[in-house]
Amino acid sequence: MWAKRILLLLLLAVVLGAGGFLAWAWEPALPAAEPPDRAAFNRQRLERGAELAAIGNCYVCHTTEGGKAYAGGRPLPTPFGTIYATNITPDPDTGIGRWSEAAFTRALREGVDRAGRHLYPAFPYDHFTNLSDEDVGALYAFMMTREPVRAENPKNELTFPLDVRLSVAGWKLLFFRKGRAEPAADAASSRGAYLVQAVAHCGACHTPRNRLGAEDTRRPLAGGRAEGWNAPALDAASPAPVPWTADTLFTYLRSGFEPRHGAAAGPMAPIVRLLAQVPEEDVRAIAAAVIAVAGPPSPERQRTVDALLGRLSRADAGTVGLGADGKPSGNAIFAGACANCHSETRLRGAAGALNLALTSAINAPDPGNAIRVVLDGLHPGASGRGPSMPGFAGTLDDAQIAEVIAYARSRFSTQPAWSGLEARVRGIREGKEPF
Amino acid sequence: MVTLDVNGRAHPIDADPSTPLLYVLRNDLELNAAKFGCGLGQCGSCTVLVDGQAVFSCLAPIAALEGRKITTVEGLRTADNPGPLQRAFIAEQAAQCGYCIAGMMMRAQALLQAVPAPSDEQIRAAMEPNLCRCGTHMRILRAVRRAAEEMKSAAAAGARKEAQR
Repeated sequence: MWAKRILLLLLLAVVLGAGGFLAWAWEPALPAAEPPDRAAFNRQRLERGAELAAIGNCYVCHTTEGGKAYAGGRPLPTPFGTIYATNITPDPDTGIGRWSEAAFTRALREGVDRAGRHLYPAFPYDHFTNLSDEDVGALYAFMMTREPVRAENPKNELTFPLDVRLSVAGWKLLFFRKGRAEPAADAASSRGAYLVQAVAHCGACHTPRNRLGAEDTRRPLAGGRAEGWNAPALDAASPAPVPWTADTLFTYLRSGFEPRHGAAAGPMAPIVRLLAQVPEEDVRAIAAAVIAVAGPPSPERQRTVDALLGRLSRADAGTVGLGADGKPSGNAIFAGACANCHSETRLRGAAGALNLALTSAINAPDPGNAIRVVLDGLHPGASGRGPSMPGFAGTLDDAQIAEVIAYARSRFSTQPAWSGLEARVRGIREGKEPF
Repeated sequence: MVTLDVNGRAHPIDADPSTPLLYVLRNDLELNAAKFGCGLGQCGSCTVLVDGQAVFSCLAPIAALEGRKITTVEGLRTADNPGPLQRAFIAEQAAQCGYCIAGMMMRAQALLQAVPAPSDEQIRAAMEPNLCRCGTHMRILRAVRRAAEEMKSAAAAGARKEAQR
């Protein structure tokens, strides 16, 4: 009798709980609006929207390779499946042409589309929720005045139960806190922090995520993953051999290259191309805010750095082609394939290539980025400007790439040797590390 | 001592293992089609095939190439009896000064072996690493298209012969 009663009570609790969750998770569809006229937006608002869209790199995820701007369809591989970016052009049927400003605001702030469906957090509304009203309005003006493109995009390929949108409501219950930034402050420091957090969403890649894909907000910018690349730690754990400063980070973000650090690669390459187009003071503010997270290097670290730079600049004067120990390269593949550009002793070699002792890739905890750069090289974007390095996928086999990277690690880094390199090279070559 | 398989022949090579393949091809084997352009893997004039893939021979140390199949323009057939790709480049007069052409041909050969009927977009994307200072790019693109056509009809004729047997 008691057992039956307890069972009934339990059942009641489950039903009430599920009902409560459904009521909480349910979001109404918002009424379709007529696509707004371009004249509805003043020029200042449009220009600010264009800058914010560039800082927020909307283009990068919402445009396929060679496709129409903002028409979506770009696949984003995640541990949970592949998500295809949506069409955010103002096309009334396949884009957001019928979205009112209220619907657009709800999508950015709460991760819910006009029809009331929960959006997957691949769309970083956990950052955009902190956008100011003014900036959301500017972004709305910018998006609604793009060229409308009719484009149906592929359906997401997610595993059960994640293919059910309601699961996102559960995810939000656990991890999402709706924010609301006060109108952006004028002080450069708080402005930079706002741009980093709410607009540029640096943490979407550079902050580690938990097993359910939520950012670990206790460790902001401590290093994450992006499309199979390591997004390096930007906090005190940064693998950069020479610590970043606000000035050097600005140069890198603005131009894609910094002479003491190297080139933007992988998913970072399109980001810096967009940051070349926004007001300089915004990029400076972003750089300063990221540097503030890391804090100044310890005196001990600074001494190591000074010693490294001193050694490399002394070598600049003479011993070209010889190692720090006065011997030529200890590795035939490095000498024949790499040393033409990457001097083993000087700061910079032919055509400006960096000494690998300065690179994060060779000094990082994980060899993934180094392997990707050796396999595929670095290629300037459509502009044709920027660092260029040939890939060696056709020249070197897995064992040879593993050998040359192990050599570079031992020669240009004081970090411990990497293990299992050959298997990692094979896996990356075969596309086994898509996210 | 490293043994290299170049155009189907084994060549024992007595050179430092870090020596780039390009130098061995030109200086030791006197296969002078591949050219030294930049020595940095940026221009493509040294392009040859390694196991069917186009690579910059100026950045390919021979230590990495033991047991792999290397093909140069000389391996595509001779001046007296040119192969289909060579015929297409001659027919379209794709060479002006000619310095880049051996590299262009090997880059095109790699493409046509992997994609027998490439689209214009695929041809442009595949040829992108190779530079031509004279500016005969349009003729080079036409030559690659012509070679693809010729190889296709040759393959079709071969298949017909095979069927008749």
